[in-house]
Amino acid sequence: MTRTRVEAVHIVWITAGLGCDGDSVSITAASQPSLEDVILGAIPGLPRVYLHNPVLAYELGGDSFMTWWYQAERGELDPFVLVVEGSVPNERIKREGYWAALGTDPATGQPITTCEWIDRLAPKAWAVVAIGTCATYGGIHAMQGNPTGAMGLADYLGQGWKSWAGIPIVNVPGCPVQPDNFMETLLYLLYQAAGLAPMIPLDDLGRPTWLFCRTVHEGCDRGSYYEQGDFATEYGAPQCLVKLGCWGPVVQCNVPKRGWMAGIGGCPNVGGICIGCTMPGFPDKFMPFMDEPPGAKLSTGIAGAYGGAIRALRSITKSTLNKEPSWRRKGRELATGYQPRW
Amino acid sequence: MTTEVRRQAAPAEPGQIIEMAWDPITRIVGSLGIYTKIDFKKRQVVECYSTSSIFRGYSIFLKGKDPRDAHFITSRICGICGDNHATCSVYAQNMAYGVKPPALGEWILNLGEAAEYMFDHNIFQENLVGVDFCEQMVRETNPGVWELAQKTEAPHAKDHGYRTIADIMRALNPFTGEFYREALQMSRLTREKFCLMEGRHVHPSTLYPGGVGTVATVQLFTDYLVRLMKYVEFMKKVVPLHDDLFDFFYQALPGYEKVGQRRVLLGCWGSFQDPEVCDYDYRTMEKWGRAMFVTPGVVVDGELVTTSLVDINLGIRILLGSSYYEDWENERTFVDRDPLGNPVDQRHPWNQTTIPKPQKRDFKGKYSWVMSPRWYDKRTGQYLALDTGGGPLARLWVTALAGLVDLGGYIKATGHSVKIRLPKTALKPEVEFEWKIPKWSNALERDRARSYFQAYAAAVALYCVEKALAEIRAGRTKTWSDFTVPKEAIGCGFHEAVRGVLSHHLVIEDGKIANYHPYPPTPWNASVRDIYGTPGPYEDAVQNTPIFEENGPDKFKGIDIMRAVRSFDPCLPCGVHMYLGDGKELQVVHSPTFGRVP
Repeated sequence: MTRTRVEAVHIVWITAGLGCDGDSVSITAASQPSLEDVILGAIPGLPRVYLHNPVLAYELGGDSFMTWWYQAERGELDPFVLVVEGSVPNERIKREGYWAALGTDPATGQPITTCEWIDRLAPKAWAVVAIGTCATYGGIHAMQGNPTGAMGLADYLGQGWKSWAGIPIVNVPGCPVQPDNFMETLLYLLYQAAGLAPMIPLDDLGRPTWLFCRTVHEGCDRGSYYEQGDFATEYGAPQCLVKLGCWGPVVQCNVPKRGWMAGIGGCPNVGGICIGCTMPGFPDKFMPFMDEPPGAKLSTGIAGAYGGAIRALRSITKSTLNKEPSWRRKGRELATGYQPRW
Repeated sequence: MTTEVRRQAAPAEPGQIIEMAWDPITRIVGSLGIYTKIDFKKRQVVECYSTSSIFRGYSIFLKGKDPRDAHFITSRICGICGDNHATCSVYAQNMAYGVKPPALGEWILNLGEAAEYMFDHNIFQENLVGVDFCEQMVRETNPGVWELAQKTEAPHAKDHGYRTIADIMRALNPFTGEFYREALQMSRLTREKFCLMEGRHVHPSTLYPGGVGTVATVQLFTDYLVRLMKYVEFMKKVVPLHDDLFDFFYQALPGYEKVGQRRVLLGCWGSFQDPEVCDYDYRTMEKWGRAMFVTPGVVVDGELVTTSLVDINLGIRILLGSSYYEDWENERTFVDRDPLGNPVDQRHPWNQTTIPKPQKRDFKGKYSWVMSPRWYDKRTGQYLALDTGGGPLARLWVTALAGLVDLGGYIKATGHSVKIRLPKTALKPEVEFEWKIPKWSNALERDRARSYFQAYAAAVALYCVEKALAEIRAGRTKTWSDFTVPKEAIGCGFHEAVRGVLSHHLVIEDGKIANYHPYPPTPWNASVRDIYGTPGPYEDAVQNTPIFEENGPDKFKGIDIMRAVRSFDPCLPCGVHMYLGDGKELQVVHSPTFGRVP
């Protein structure tokens, strides 16, 4: 269900989950599109965008900033996109106090918990976006042995939750989120709000399909080393890193293909093992990060036998190709095959 | 130039003390609240409390994990300087595993961290702090200052291109300001440099104990260097621009040196290892600590107390008093002696056991998730609430006084100043900047030092590129050394996060993490009243801050208080709360929308 064209969209951005604000910082690195492109209206067809993010706000803080939250709660910001950053703690496992909070309740003088804000705002939001792996699936702060009972937003609101506009929770994972991945998702939603795009295509875990349908391995420029059975045995070497702890073959993420920013950087493509930071099983199912993934023993064994043979054959072909054709030489004789008439 | 702006008389009642709070404080990383009592007759803050509204529990969930996972996990403590944590954790692991990375690995890590300083100070200074000094903000808080700014010529106009101070302020307006946008773009170019060395910003992918996984080629350093030179040219504009802006505030508002001022109590834990000296052995830590390209040290009342990392380490104490934790006095002692045989205190991070106790917030009792790190001054027996001066102020102050750094013609510490030489760039000639020890530890000097340190980091990077290329040209391209994790070991790492001191303390038992305590800068700066009643640095710096804002309590924004707090570059994944009216009435202050003006 899509609204008819709207003139302005507010983005109410809660960074007060259990997080590190790394996703807010990350999006300042985006250039496709950049924050300025969206806020200054440099992209055609977009509604006006008002961003309410604590890291980037003009307001000095306190009530002048929180006023947007109260307006959203009263339904006065219509429509608004609620962005949640950081994992959602379980506030019910203790008697009093708070794990995560934002602003103060004027009645009690106590902090208003982040969970309380989610309860107040999610029902009013046109769409709800979870940014980063903490908010999408729990992430680092939801690791085994954590004291706060942290979880992802969909664990909190309920799997299958939809906004009043019929939009499921939009999950853009990554620790932190790849800058352009988020801004592009936001752009899609703004087009949808403007009535210019149909429902955002999401997979069954809420991820935008065009960003997360392929694996790290499928976009990695070291995948060809794998195919040739050529595996790095120490960090800093240019070959495939799978025996050193890279989970790329089974992790859904486009970073090696897209680079981290402006096509530069990434993970296995530049020497960093993939630790699976976009996945719901992160981090526990990938630890210890620097050990070879259990499944890789078999697959690299097979690839090693096949790839080793292929590599040997290719090396013969390559050495042939590294030689110029025989007719390129000095002397009185033309050996190119041309029959001269002079 | 030196005309004083007359402050309007405060419309408050005589002797009226008003409670005001800013919670959350914006334009910082994390959630921090500042609660104050302000005397509007005397135009002064009389009391301040800072509070953090987030608890995550890193020290708890690190227990029992593989120690090689520590840098991947602790990077996630901070979303703007996560790589500083990863680096510091790698340092601590290197010590615990007894591994020394190849020199090239260290140069790459230094170049990554230099890029982090260059990026982070740039975006914080121009896109977050800068807004406090922009046209829109100055007009709304001090119209008299704005008027004067329009009439005041900028002394360094030829270096930065802005004729008047008002032109600088206009260029800092969020998103619409030219310099604001230029800086934001520069922050991206700088992060590209970072990604070349450490893979991803802000949680790096290529750092490991023993070195880095980055593939070192000539191309890597070419790509870095061409971007670096653009930044170097940018610095030749940025430093004089900020000198003009901050000098103007001293002129326009006599007494502004009191804003955010506190006693000179500065700590710096040192930055950039010299691979020719550093072997990560605790027993030689004093020596390699002093070889760092930013000198570690503690400055008390202008005096350099120590430059020894061993002294620094043994002096750290984590106190409670106003935080939501149970004490660990009777818990296990993990490390009773350091590797040199010195006794280690039960309140030292090696021996800390974190036991959270969530409870109601009570400003007369417990009111924050932040603890109270202090440094024990064995000369006086005092527990000093050191601050970091937002990072750069302490780094430059310690480095200047120690006079140890002499870096390939790029940087020279003189004993009373730091000289930074930047080579010729495309459009600007060679420039030498000299940062001199200021008269005060206050908001404007913290901010000024930040611009100078950006130039410092660029100069360090120029040096490290030369050294790295020399390794490559000599055919030494290994970036990583192998190691094994011992069954039992301890380690500590000292580094400078962008906003100041950073330490990681690690205890390994049975090959797993038995104890791990990171201490980033913000717990020091945002610390709360300790068991002895000593307030933390934000609290201390805001208390007794005079109010220069022309608005009375009804339209009060608290710009002077916010400038004081933001000068520390707060980074709590922590906030400041604002309420008005004798502690009873809550006033909502409306501000313009951040976004496109319709």
